[in-house]
Amino acid sequence: MSEKLIEVKGLKKYFKVKAGLLHAVDDVNFHIDKGETLGLVGESGCGKSTTGRTLIRLIEADVGEILFDGQDIRKLDKRQLKAFRQNMQMVFQDPYSSLNPRLSIFDLIAEPLMNISEYARDSKRVQERVEELMDTVGLSRRLVNSYPHELDGGRRQRVGIARALSVKPGFLVLDEPVSALDVCIQAQVINLLKRLQQQLDLTYLFISHDLSVVKHISNRIAVMYLGKIVELSDRNTIFQKPQHPYTKALLSAIPIPSIHVNRQRVILKGDVPSPVNPPDGCRFAGRCPYVQDRCRKECPELREVEPGHFVACHF
Amino acid sequence: MGEKNLLEIKGLNVVYKVEDGVVYAVNDLNLVVHNKETLGFVGETGAGKTTTAMSIMRLIPSPPGKIVGGEILFNGEDLLKKNQRQMRAIRGQDISMIFQDPMTSLNPSMRVDDQIVEMLRLHKPLNKHAAKEEAHKLLETVGIKRERASDYPHQFSGGMKQRVVIAIALACNPKLIIADEPTTALDVTIQAQVMDLMRELKDRLDTSMILITHDLGIVAEICDTVAIMYAGGVVEYASKEQLYTKPCHPYTLGLFNSIPKLDVDEEWLEEIDGLPPEPTEVIQGCPFSPRCPKCMEVCRERKPGATYVEEGHYVRCFLFEQQDKEGGEDV
Repeated sequence: MSEKLIEVKGLKKYFKVKAGLLHAVDDVNFHIDKGETLGLVGESGCGKSTTGRTLIRLIEADVGEILFDGQDIRKLDKRQLKAFRQNMQMVFQDPYSSLNPRLSIFDLIAEPLMNISEYARDSKRVQERVEELMDTVGLSRRLVNSYPHELDGGRRQRVGIARALSVKPGFLVLDEPVSALDVCIQAQVINLLKRLQQQLDLTYLFISHDLSVVKHISNRIAVMYLGKIVELSDRNTIFQKPQHPYTKALLSAIPIPSIHVNRQRVILKGDVPSPVNPPDGCRFAGRCPYVQDRCRKECPELREVEPGHFVACHF
Repeated sequence: MGEKNLLEIKGLNVVYKVEDGVVYAVNDLNLVVHNKETLGFVGETGAGKTTTAMSIMRLIPSPPGKIVGGEILFNGEDLLKKNQRQMRAIRGQDISMIFQDPMTSLNPSMRVDDQIVEMLRLHKPLNKHAAKEEAHKLLETVGIKRERASDYPHQFSGGMKQRVVIAIALACNPKLIIADEPTTALDVTIQAQVMDLMRELKDRLDTSMILITHDLGIVAEICDTVAIMYAGGVVEYASKEQLYTKPCHPYTLGLFNSIPKLDVDEEWLEEIDGLPPEPTEVIQGCPFSPRCPKCMEVCRERKPGATYVEEGHYVRCFLFEQQDKEGGEDV
């Protein structure tokens, strides 16, 4: 298809904790094409946020390559990285805690611009750019001197998006950008993100635990479980022909707002096990309804079952 | 339906007095819960769902909150006329509550079985030993093994904590359980487990339930009737079948349309323009009129009454009042 913008190879991130090593991200491989949205889904603690953050080096990975347009960004030094960050930005989950409450909306959106030399000493251009950005994300200009606490969640998230867009990045990591919002507001922000992607030719990594939202916005979807990608495919395949038992269970657990659907539910037993010192073998073996002896001994690799559809399961 | 009303709320008004003025949290709310029925209470943040639930329990923090009018009839008796001692006997015994966040609703320094014992001995003449036995049985009902019963809450995962909270709520066989977003803080696979448990228990124990949620998917799975809340009042009330086959109120339609669907491919989600009204504003007309795609002149002038579109299905909207001339009476 088109060219790869991001390519991740063998990414690992372990955290040292009292009880041992927490395998947050364990040998993750994927790529994102230019202009596409890759959805990353999974339950709390599966490593999806850590993956997103290591990707733009907010957290340093332990092992692996992160290629951005063919360039390994893990090899950049501090100064190069600072300049490179213009290409990749992040929108955070909680619009209540990710904005400095003591800065006005103008200052919040202008802040990232101060790192770019062409804006640094030109207050008129900053002013223009801020107004342009506010129009782009649908914030009324009268809010320019307001403070975050005066805005509702949806508008705050628009400020977060405007900040991320201010330096004209090509790639955005969206970490649960709509999870804290009500459904109606959620729909507004999702539509905004899709519109922006088309207008500005953006590439997204969309992290969420909400499968219906991910399905709506993504081209391809990766399902994570305990630090590993267990299934990756284009969105329709994931929803129509899920292969991995975890994906199947996850899909059947979503409550559907209709009374006319009959479906077989797979209710998983037990909780997600701790990612600290995980056992050998398949991470899902403890909860899998089809578990075999082999699953407990060998960890299945992600393999291609049909073109573009990857599954990590022995069966 | 012919069945007896367990709970009937008539003309409830609740306000909060704050620095900037008065917040009208619940405005003239009417609602009925029948015996053995599960009512879904749906709305966005600030619609007044939790305030209504807290009013039933008489747990509105006062000040700043105040119930300024209405009746809450539980088995025919007005809860608003009870004194504190009588209310304490009702809470937990007849009506119990499951809160949203299982991480904060348990006492972190108390073993989980002791937290159930506390509840049991408050309402039942049981000695320590018998109460403990009963507590362990309850924990087994919700799927927690005996050997874990003497653990502390921090040793449990979120899903298990919520099971403990459910066990406490069930301890005295209440007639009504109010569950305030019981699964919002949980992951989807754990949410499915907890919803499954709640459905099973409610069928077995014949309890009525008010389930507060913003998730229309959960409502479809577990509720019998649904009340859609907007700006402190019920805008539509119907049985689940009626609501999901024939939603009437423009707000209800907007809610359904703004959910991304799993089975349909759609390029854009339908949005409801604008935001819910500030609760400090006094609204003259229909509270939804500024955002309503079908807003008429009359909508801005006065509030619509309840119009029955079918038996057991009413909607507060002038669109339907015109078709049905007898409509407009209050429920």
